[in-house]
Amino acid sequence: MAYNVYFEDVAVGQEIPAFQRKTDFMNWNRFAAVNDEFYYIHMDDEAGKAAGQAAAFGMGNLRWAYVLNALRAWIGDEAEVRELGMQFRAINHKNDVLTTVGVVTGKKQENGENLVTLDINVINQDGVKTSPGHAVVSLPTRG
Amino acid sequence: MTRIDTLVTPELEAQKGVWTDEQASYPVSASDIRRWAIAVYWGETPPRIYWDEEYAKSTRWGGIIAPEDFNPFAWAVPMTEPSPAGAVPGQEAKKGENILNGGMTEKLGAKIRPGDVITTRSRLMHWEERQGRNGLTLYTYVETEWTNQNGEIVKTRVKTTIRY
Repeated sequence: MAYNVYFEDVAVGQEIPAFQRKTDFMNWNRFAAVNDEFYYIHMDDEAGKAAGQAAAFGMGNLRWAYVLNALRAWIGDEAEVRELGMQFRAINHKNDVLTTVGVVTGKKQENGENLVTLDINVINQDGVKTSPGHAVVSLPTRG
Repeated sequence: MTRIDTLVTPELEAQKGVWTDEQASYPVSASDIRRWAIAVYWGETPPRIYWDEEYAKSTRWGGIIAPEDFNPFAWAVPMTEPSPAGAVPGQEAKKGENILNGGMTEKLGAKIRPGDVITTRSRLMHWEERQGRNGLTLYTYVETEWTNQNGEIVKTRVKTTIRY
């Protein structure tokens, strides 16, 4: 859809719909393929262990993509993501179920744009907050 | 074991503030964008804006656009050694050779579209070193700029890389 949400309809504290994936080699390999991201730590359990982790682990860039997917689904095709920031604080293990979280923290009108700020994260099946961060999206008004 | 007091090398210090790694992408194709969207949405059909030209024409964009995370610099030739490679099976990584993506912040501007040629350049902004769960750990912060063929800023990124 073109626009999915309007500035006036957004409230601080509002939670946006989640994007969820169980991550295994079906997801990881496809992402590695398009991003040419073939590091041993993402492919080989021995390399993952040598790096101090339990096994091969997923790419932070894929979690980044999942958050963008959630934002895009919420705002619609014609609104814009202006900013995204995330810290990758925990590892994405194989078969993790990752769920994005986005909560509106503020609204402001600036330089002719209607900006909404959000706290974002990606949480795994154990409730670990793997990727705290923030986002800014620019929304249309009804007027 | 040799005690290592710092992971900051003279080479790293020399890079501070210097724009480097300038390169231009191959022209972006609609198929590049379609494949990227399939990968990051794997498990469901990706949104039409990334692959259906007819639909995309009806939007304010007037055609297909790429997802904001699309990387036009993947699959460059000539081949280069992956750097930094991190752990390699059968080889013991030296202190500081283990690499993790610590995170990033991006400010987003112009959309990437089929036919675009994106130019990038990067510079090391600053670093900090501290003791972490893997011992001495170096955090570097690198700024990257992407510009399209019309001189429009596509994105600016500050990426944190963790070395331990």
